[in-house]
Amino acid sequence: MVTTAPTALEAELLALAGSVPDPELPVLTLGDLGVVRGVRVLAPGKVDVELTPTYTGCPAIEAMTSDIERALHDHGMTEVSVRTVLSPAWSTDDISAEGRRKLAEFGIAPPRSHPTDGPVPLSLSIRCPHCGSTDTELLSRFSSTACKALRRCVSCREPFDHFKEL
Amino acid sequence: MTATPASATPAPATPVPATPSAEATLRGPASDPAQVSPALALGDDALVLSHRLGEWAGHAPVLEEEVALANIALDLLGQARVLLSLVGDEDELAYLREERAFRNLQLVEQPNGDFAHTIARQLYFSTYQTLLYGQLASGSGQFAPLAAKAVKEVAYHQDHAEQWTLRLGDGTAESHERMQRGLDALWRFTGEMFQPVDGLGIDCQALRAGWTASVTSVVERATLAVPGGPQTGAWTAGAGRQGLHTEPFGRMLAEMQHLHLSHPGASW
Repeated sequence: MVTTAPTALEAELLALAGSVPDPELPVLTLGDLGVVRGVRVLAPGKVDVELTPTYTGCPAIEAMTSDIERALHDHGMTEVSVRTVLSPAWSTDDISAEGRRKLAEFGIAPPRSHPTDGPVPLSLSIRCPHCGSTDTELLSRFSSTACKALRRCVSCREPFDHFKEL
Repeated sequence: MTATPASATPAPATPVPATPSAEATLRGPASDPAQVSPALALGDDALVLSHRLGEWAGHAPVLEEEVALANIALDLLGQARVLLSLVGDEDELAYLREERAFRNLQLVEQPNGDFAHTIARQLYFSTYQTLLYGQLASGSGQFAPLAAKAVKEVAYHQDHAEQWTLRLGDGTAESHERMQRGLDALWRFTGEMFQPVDGLGIDCQALRAGWTASVTSVVERATLAVPGGPQTGAWTAGAGRQGLHTEPFGRMLAEMQHLHLSHPGASW
């Protein structure tokens, strides 16, 4: 496979695909989530998009695919193929800083970052997205979707979802 | 799911290693036991356990567990779809195969029993799957990309099973007794996990050693006893991978395949 720098059109289409809202967490875009891996223009009007699932069984992948197809069709691309790629595996570290901010604002505690190098930090506590307290407890390892855990704030007693580190 | 049914294609041109013919895949046990497609073996494990866990919907002890078990089932179903698609049409493989053509471990087809029984099955299987996918992820074979992704999901399944094993084992007298009963009842199905599957390239001895150490540690911390009996029954040794299944599996399949068989091509 020949890898070349993206053209201006490819960069524009990547931004467009990345601006599609996530079907389950519409507060985030697919770009915030970090699941659009690349866009390549193969011929005029013909484009190939690489999409990676958050979890292997994520049922939203089909909705994401058709939403990207629609967005690019509306932009004049007549032939859009969205391919699902598994490697390299998606990680919650792929969620952008903007994405983390939006999650917290939406009431979902964002995932903590994995240490990449240097000393391993003490495990950071998970902050309540409602009152900001770090005194929170785990209720269930799996919540409304596979990617979230259910927690409760000990200070304000509100339950909340936490986007699990993956 | 847009793949053309295998029956409509002249010959499978996909670069899949050692794929049996579509007819053999759908109908019966492999004539040569060593010819089991590794993708089919792992895919069937994930599919069958996913279905069993789905049976808890509406019956779990608490709402949070209902959701947790459904989420674990969903992860497994996603893995099954990727793996079965390496072999052929995923729907056809799931809904049109007869019992003897399934290659899953007998462990995963065992009925749910009570909640402790399901947790024992989860502990045994998720520990195995974490170690297995860990090995596959560090290799360079065709399963490495899926394994690298799935091992992170399965780590949460294992954590879920371990925490419940500790809680039930070290809980009340009744929860302790039920957890022990679940571990004991399923022990004889655990030996099959360490039988080599041709084409997987797994170090089965390391797998067994890692599994035994991990399960022993959790079971002992839960104040329970590691079952002492043989890890295979005399007549069932390694039989699931060869298409021989236990009696409850046929009923599970009948339910799983019923809708598709009664209304071919049904969708919503």
